[in-house]
Amino acid sequence: MNSPTPVTVIPRKRRGVELVLILIALAITLGGYAIVDYNVTGSLSPVFSTLAGVWVGLAALAHAAVRWRLPYADPVILPCVILLNGLGLIMIHRIDLINTPPTNGARQQLIWTALGVVLFLLVVVVLRDHRPLQRFTYTLGLAGILLLLLPLVPGIGIEKFGAQIWIQLGPYSFQPAEAAKVLLSVAFASYLVEKRDVLALAGYRILGLDLPRARDLGPILLVWLVSLAILVWQRDLGTSLLFFGLFVMMLYVSTERAGWVVLGTLLFAAGAYFGYLLFSHVRLRVTAWLDPFSDFDRHYQVINAQFGMAWGGLLGTGLGLGRPGLTPLARSDFIAAAIGEELGMAGLMAVILIYGLIVVRGLRIALQCREPFGKLLAAGLSFALALQVFTIVGGVTRLLPLTGLTTPFLSQGGSSLVCNWIVAGLLLVVSHHARKPVPTVTEISATEETQLVKVAS
Amino acid sequence: MNRPIRRVALVVIIMFGLLLANGTYMMIFRQSALAAEPQNRRVRDAEFAQNRGSILAAGKSEIATTRASKDRFKYQRVYPDGRLYAPVTGYYSYDRGRTGLERSYNAELAGTDDALFIRRLVDLATNRTPQGASVQTTILPDAQRAAVRGLGSQKGAVVALDPQTGAVLAMVTSPTFDPNDIASHDIEAAGEAYDRLAKDPEKPLSNRGAREIYPPGSTFKLVTAAAALADGKTADSMVDSPVRLKIPGTNTYLTNSASCGGTKITLTQALKVSCNTAFAKVGLDLGQDKLRAQADRFGFDQRHLDDLGGVASKFPDELDDAQLALSAIGQYDVAATPLQMAMVSAAIANDGVLMDPYVMSMAQSPDLKPISTHRPKVLSEAMLPGNAEQLQQMMVTVVEEGTGVNAQIPGVTVGGKTGTAQSDRKRKPFAWFTSFAPLDDPKVAVAVIVEDASIPRDDIAGGRVAAPIAREVMEAVL
Repeated sequence: MNSPTPVTVIPRKRRGVELVLILIALAITLGGYAIVDYNVTGSLSPVFSTLAGVWVGLAALAHAAVRWRLPYADPVILPCVILLNGLGLIMIHRIDLINTPPTNGARQQLIWTALGVVLFLLVVVVLRDHRPLQRFTYTLGLAGILLLLLPLVPGIGIEKFGAQIWIQLGPYSFQPAEAAKVLLSVAFASYLVEKRDVLALAGYRILGLDLPRARDLGPILLVWLVSLAILVWQRDLGTSLLFFGLFVMMLYVSTERAGWVVLGTLLFAAGAYFGYLLFSHVRLRVTAWLDPFSDFDRHYQVINAQFGMAWGGLLGTGLGLGRPGLTPLARSDFIAAAIGEELGMAGLMAVILIYGLIVVRGLRIALQCREPFGKLLAAGLSFALALQVFTIVGGVTRLLPLTGLTTPFLSQGGSSLVCNWIVAGLLLVVSHHARKPVPTVTEISATEETQLVKVAS
Repeated sequence: MNRPIRRVALVVIIMFGLLLANGTYMMIFRQSALAAEPQNRRVRDAEFAQNRGSILAAGKSEIATTRASKDRFKYQRVYPDGRLYAPVTGYYSYDRGRTGLERSYNAELAGTDDALFIRRLVDLATNRTPQGASVQTTILPDAQRAAVRGLGSQKGAVVALDPQTGAVLAMVTSPTFDPNDIASHDIEAAGEAYDRLAKDPEKPLSNRGAREIYPPGSTFKLVTAAAALADGKTADSMVDSPVRLKIPGTNTYLTNSASCGGTKITLTQALKVSCNTAFAKVGLDLGQDKLRAQADRFGFDQRHLDDLGGVASKFPDELDDAQLALSAIGQYDVAATPLQMAMVSAAIANDGVLMDPYVMSMAQSPDLKPISTHRPKVLSEAMLPGNAEQLQQMMVTVVEEGTGVNAQIPGVTVGGKTGTAQSDRKRKPFAWFTSFAPLDDPKVAVAVIVEDASIPRDDIAGGRVAAPIAREVMEAVL
């Protein structure tokens, strides 16, 4: 009896590729910042070397941590994140320079970036493995839902543009939906891994669709109700779409039943329709989407974003040479429009493609992952990112109505930035475990005599 | 779980594809419309800070130009002699739009015309500030000044044309405004100046020469006479000229302001003294179709001079006999712009050929290459040459012996026609005068209208008030 020779696949660590890509990203971002300074003020700002040092230091720290703890992780995600974060810093800096004296948005964003990198390091170095998170399904889930509903608490919840999705603690405003996104992705993934057989197989067949038992349906309905609550009481279509979409997608992937998608789409469409009928705020957003020029003052933001992008044209006006400041909130909600104006539609499309790259790599990790929790987690986080980018960039470019979602990594805002760095960390953790070499098992030869029974000769 | 993940990947690709497609759609289809929106501050500020091309009068004198400026807009639009050329240049403002040539040739002046595309690219590469093209007009500064001097502070307009080419030699309206006030970089002051002018009941912003219509009064008898000549009459044909004519279908009588010299006079005599009854009868005999056709051949019911937003003069559609009689002497609902009446004289002077009036002769890129040139164009044959010559003689008689003696120029044969129009008892009458000179090689055709309270309601008012102005303009041209 011959033992089959074990087949060993040697996975490569790809950290060199990551380093090269990070260097390219750093060159682009530092160059862009310098261009803004030259174009607007005529000379490099005196703090440039400090900022550059901090920026390069943060990137180096992140890369070193990944090299040390997650050597088999995907090499493309971290450079893309660094590039996007850097672009955000560049645009915020450029918008800072519109005011005299210049405001400090870029410096604040850099501080939040540092915090984001610190949390990234925590995930990479301390957490290191995503599988233990499965133990905290209900805790994380409850925490996520509470965070989502926190803006409704009077006193700390504040209303911005008709939607109540922010909370204010002292001088800081914070969007809990971003943190909830991470917590609920983990919670949904682990819940669905636990229950997916039950959800898929035990149930009733109604109208050709397989539906699960009520007790398993419970948490799903709870999520739907929470999402509806967000829509009704917090009046933000974007956040509710994000969570509902994430959950439906994870249900579909875990149970492989297309019925969930159909049901989910119908439920969301119904919710959106009723939202349109009942809330003037939603109607305003839809009018701004379909016919912004009907009312110049009320749809001022969308109209100016359109003007800005049209003025930028295909190649943009050039960093520092456009007028992104004419669009209100150009540094947060409409940062994609500011990029469209100064870097042109070509630049905006490049940014969209970088997001796409992160999403595609994330889905690839999900395909490669060998255990279901990692698969679901990676797929969920990637899809959440894709849905968020689609919603907000679509809203800014008038593909969809505008919502209150942030533009991941680009827009000014600590909560969004930090939570998205955590997402990046989680993706890298999952990818490391997906790609690291499986310990090979050597066949134990059964031809040798065991020492237990001595055959008498 | 891999298969559903792959499907999700497909959905993601579709979502991102939609984003990219939307961006492409926006660039291809929505970009130019967005740039043209008047509320687009980016485009407006950029335009307002441009080195805009100049507008020139004949002889290359600048009537609108751009100078470097030290405030937040890099260039300032300046109108030397602003009030003199205001109806022609129009105004150019930050947020009150543009009129006149500043509007019609905005693409050339701003340098955004397609013909200047290569130049813009070169400017971009060599880091030079892009400059607009200059627009050359046909206006003669001397004629323009003479018209303004003649009108003085009276309300009215003067239009002078070159009969052989249709070029507009002068266009003056009174009262007028100074476009420098509206082009100011102090946006608030400019806005206030505009609002003040817009609310002024005397309407200084309106171009009375090409955009306002008035009853032409007796000057319309030129058209009636032309129609009569086309119908077979000659300068010496005898026409009935009763002392008073009963207006058909009514109990009122049409009278003459002065004696026509008999109850049967020649057509020339009728024109010379501006006999109302004679021309009313001629009009009734011709019938409205022939009269309307003749008016249309002279350019009525058609818009002219689109560069300055010229409006159409009108000859009313369905007339009964009473209305026809009044229309034949330029009353009732007939209404003409001074430009139109100048075109009538121009056509007559040019042996019956009516030229298309134009004010822009050439647009030139900053390196002096012509972008577009206007060639004189025939609009219509208003009269047969023989008839035109007869009518020319008749008009000469008016000036030499008739109501138009105040338009005589020593050494030059001038032909003309006076007119006084009453629109209704409550409004002030208008004094008209239209003329051409010289007879042999006509160089100028003028129409003058004056709105004034002090005009007595008789027909020699046109000769007294308007004719001298026409004379001054014609002298300036010749």
